[in-house]
Amino acid sequence: MENSLVLLLLLTPCVGFLFNVFFGKKVGKSISGAIGTIAVAISFGMSLYFFLQLNSNGKPLSVTLFDWIQIGKLKVDFGILLDQLSLLWLLFVTGIGFLIHLYSINYMHEDENMHKFFAYLNLFIFFMITLVVGSNLLVMFIGWEGVGLCSYLLIGFWHKNQEYNDAAKKAFIMNRIGDLGFLIGIFILANLFSTLNFVEMKQALANGNTSAAFLGIAALCLFIGACGKSAQLPLYTWLPDAMAGPTPVSALIHAATMVTAGIFMITRMNFLFDLSPEVQNIIAIVGATTALVAASIGLLQNDIKKVLAYSTVSQLGLMFLALGLGAYNVAVFHVITHAFFKACLFLGSGSVIHALHGEQDMRKMGGLRKAMPITFATMLISTLAIAGIFPFAGFWSKDEILMVAFEHNKVLWVIGSIASIMTAFYMFRLMYLTFFRHFRGTEEQKHHLHESPSLITLPLIILAALATVGGLINLPGSNWLNHFLEPILAGKHEEHALGNQEYMLMGIALAGAIIGIVWAYTKYIKQGFVPRQDSEIVGFYKTIYNKYYVDEIYTVVIIKPINSLSNFFRTTLEPALGNVVYGFGTVANGLSNQGKKLQSGSIGLYLFAFVIGVLAIVSYLFLAQ
Amino acid sequence: MNVSLILIVLLIGALATFLSGDKFAAKVALFFSLAALGCTTLLVNHYLGGIDISLNNPWLKQPNVSFALKADGLALAMVLLTVSLTPIIILSSFGNNFNKSKNFYALLLFMAFAMTGTFLAADGLLYYIFWELSLLPIYFIALVWGNGEVEERKKAVVKFFIYTLAGSLFMLVAFAYLYTKAGSFMLSDLTKLKLTSTEQFWIFLAFFLAYAIKIPIIPFHTWQAKVYQKAPTVGTMLLSGIMLKMGLYSVIRWQIPIAPLAAKTYMPTLIGLSIAGVIYGSIVALRQKDLKKLLAYSSLAHVGLIAAGCYTLTVDGISGAVSQMIAHGFVIVGLFFAAEVLFRRFESNKIADLGGIRSQAPKFTSMFMILVLASVALPGTFNFIGEFTVLYSLSQVNIWFAVLGGTTIILGAYYMLKMFQNVMLGETNTKVFADVSLNETIVFVILIAFLLFYGLHPKPIVDLVNPSVKEILTQINR
Repeated sequence: MENSLVLLLLLTPCVGFLFNVFFGKKVGKSISGAIGTIAVAISFGMSLYFFLQLNSNGKPLSVTLFDWIQIGKLKVDFGILLDQLSLLWLLFVTGIGFLIHLYSINYMHEDENMHKFFAYLNLFIFFMITLVVGSNLLVMFIGWEGVGLCSYLLIGFWHKNQEYNDAAKKAFIMNRIGDLGFLIGIFILANLFSTLNFVEMKQALANGNTSAAFLGIAALCLFIGACGKSAQLPLYTWLPDAMAGPTPVSALIHAATMVTAGIFMITRMNFLFDLSPEVQNIIAIVGATTALVAASIGLLQNDIKKVLAYSTVSQLGLMFLALGLGAYNVAVFHVITHAFFKACLFLGSGSVIHALHGEQDMRKMGGLRKAMPITFATMLISTLAIAGIFPFAGFWSKDEILMVAFEHNKVLWVIGSIASIMTAFYMFRLMYLTFFRHFRGTEEQKHHLHESPSLITLPLIILAALATVGGLINLPGSNWLNHFLEPILAGKHEEHALGNQEYMLMGIALAGAIIGIVWAYTKYIKQGFVPRQDSEIVGFYKTIYNKYYVDEIYTVVIIKPINSLSNFFRTTLEPALGNVVYGFGTVANGLSNQGKKLQSGSIGLYLFAFVIGVLAIVSYLFLAQ
Repeated sequence: MNVSLILIVLLIGALATFLSGDKFAAKVALFFSLAALGCTTLLVNHYLGGIDISLNNPWLKQPNVSFALKADGLALAMVLLTVSLTPIIILSSFGNNFNKSKNFYALLLFMAFAMTGTFLAADGLLYYIFWELSLLPIYFIALVWGNGEVEERKKAVVKFFIYTLAGSLFMLVAFAYLYTKAGSFMLSDLTKLKLTSTEQFWIFLAFFLAYAIKIPIIPFHTWQAKVYQKAPTVGTMLLSGIMLKMGLYSVIRWQIPIAPLAAKTYMPTLIGLSIAGVIYGSIVALRQKDLKKLLAYSSLAHVGLIAAGCYTLTVDGISGAVSQMIAHGFVIVGLFFAAEVLFRRFESNKIADLGGIRSQAPKFTSMFMILVLASVALPGTFNFIGEFTVLYSLSQVNIWFAVLGGTTIILGAYYMLKMFQNVMLGETNTKVFADVSLNETIVFVILIAFLLFYGLHPKPIVDLVNPSVKEILTQINR
């Protein structure tokens, strides 16, 4: 019974995928969309069922579906582990996944390949579930690569545009750089423990006797993998480009779920990372730096989705900062609240883009709040949440990250706080430019301005509600989430009794957010400033606007040399090697004559005679036995 | 019943195909290749049931040569690869109209016969004969039915022929020397010889030249790309899908067991050279202008990793290498078939001439995409099992081997996705591209189904191969 319910949870999206691949076109857009959405709804229902069960009896469920690989002592089965961590992730992955499917029914309705879109989305959910529920690193790796594939397919969904295809390819390849790290980490762990099962590895580590150096290297390798998937320095540049995909994809994959996989993995392996303080320091530093760098780039972007993309990178950086400080529960808390408000923001931006027939440049928006009140209100709530305004969800989770940082290292706290002020600024800049003052688009667009239909606004409303109250899951004092995760993070979670210091830090964070908002208000409302045209941006602004030229640097330092090398090999080295062989060839000229004789004869006759001869011998031997 | 049955069926098939005339040749060939597959399946079942299906008959007295066929799990896995791919390759050619097709298909079956013989032979001289025999049909197939300008094609094919022939002559010399020591060519006798390390070095080297050219390992690969490009796709499939595995298989079957000391001494060098091939092949593939040549270099990269697995001299490394041989066989046949499907419609394999096909041919695009993903070893495909096992075993030898060999997962994704983007995606092509026919679909579906099934359930193949590999390794570690 349990087993079949687990299968239902895992396989329904896969069935939805297959259905839409084979029949999606025939059954029409509405049914195709409905099937895809229902498939995810079923998975959500199952997740909820198992979650409630676990909540009442506290016993994780572990199921082995089949034996998969056996290499020497290393035995890897296709095992599923439904414990506190995986169920928490499942709930928001399938829950938000469901809402975004619902949203996409309307959003993608004009697209001739809507059934494919739903097929890929379902496939994504399937792989994401696999990633989350796997009971060992290798099953997680299936999901890990699988979601990467779906991300590739969906970024390049509009495949006629080669720029989009470039973005898709870039995402896949950059992720693969991380994946090599992940794989090497897996190899080291497999060599150390002869198992990749989370529970068994944890036990083996508890028993001790393992070389700390190897553990550290393994942890570092896994972290490299996490950097790829969760878009951290230096592997983050694919994520902003990934906005080429349809907006629901940006919301689901490139904000709420897939990009949090790195955080999931590190939390899963917390028992390993706890033994490698050096690696933890690296994680914290990388996270804080990413948060700051991405936030600073976000300050000047004019594409509404790019702003949100950099904001995502920056928020992920904050989560890594928490991970590096050993505050896994805090990182998880922020993952969840972030999923709510960032999904809402992306979907809201999609609603805006939809209303403007594809316009993404905020310089050509403005004054939309009257025409689109629901989109405006929901986005405003989410913006307040991401800016960290009391009492919205983001306030609580971000605040905890900053508190933890303050306790460990004041520099990290300062960096995190600056990133937060910037966040408040660029998010309100986005709101002001999009929804306030007057409309800057064309007259024709102005006529067609409209609020999106209810299939689009309903998910927005639900997500905005969650962004409002999401903090409740881990309010200081009750700390439900911390207690829930206790079995996974045994005895290591950070908890804060509210003392004077905590109130002071909250006050500072809140003040910082308000400074950011006022700063944006002064510039974009009071002074009515509209960002300049690209050509007019100069100086340091230009450097930031062009993302510190990181992409260009990668091109010059890595891509170009590899391609030149390839050209050199192809045009110079290969023919040279070939000529060396020809040198030997002249020596062996006698042999070539024989070859030529063979060619001049009648092939048929030759073959015929030959076959008869061999046949006779073989038959004789066969019969003789 | 013994394994010579497979050989007989293939040989009779070649004969029958030749006699059946041009009109029915393809169908007759398909029938016999399927019959061979049936026989092999049956024999594998016997083998797994514990029945001895090997064969050992004296053949010549002077010199002492036996018609000996050894059917262990390792050999059977390779025979299965051969006889599974042969009908698929024949089926894939149904869209082509070959001149004198009776000759063509007879040669094709004859080649399957010779390759099967190579995999099964347990007597050195018999093995050598099969080894060389397999060269003849592919020589004619590439020369007579190949693409492009005749002179250029001739140059490439003759080079290939002479090059590989020259390489194997060294092997013949090695066998002759071993014969003077053992008084027989039987593998079981040769492995019992107590050779000094100097002797082992030279014998190892002689074998290495033959195999390094066939596999190919850099820098002995220069024949490959041109021949893959010029041969008809069927020939390219035979070469890349099966024939190059003869070299890899021979490393495990002959080279390592006969000269284990040399293998152990030069292991790091050999692995290093193989991995250099992985990186070199990948980088050269990046900027190729011709689809078939690009696939040839991707193949060079992949076999490099397989060779590295063989030379780890561990059960896991070798068994992973065998998995990867099979996986690579299926995927490369599929990829070359995709090139053929493109060629049938646009009469070009120049990447610049292609592009914008996806919206015209969604079915073809999906299947091509899956093959590309298998080729970059996405988990869930059999290629992942092979690649993972090999890299894992390399990490046990030295973690840096795994890191360097592992660059294939990055570089492979780079050149394959780049290729796919340029060949399939972009603004809809102005030329009309008809989606795959039923026949073409069947070929793709079989290949993909195989790769996905064994990707999730590799146990049957691993269980077939592993005991034999263990036996070989116990022998060399005596």
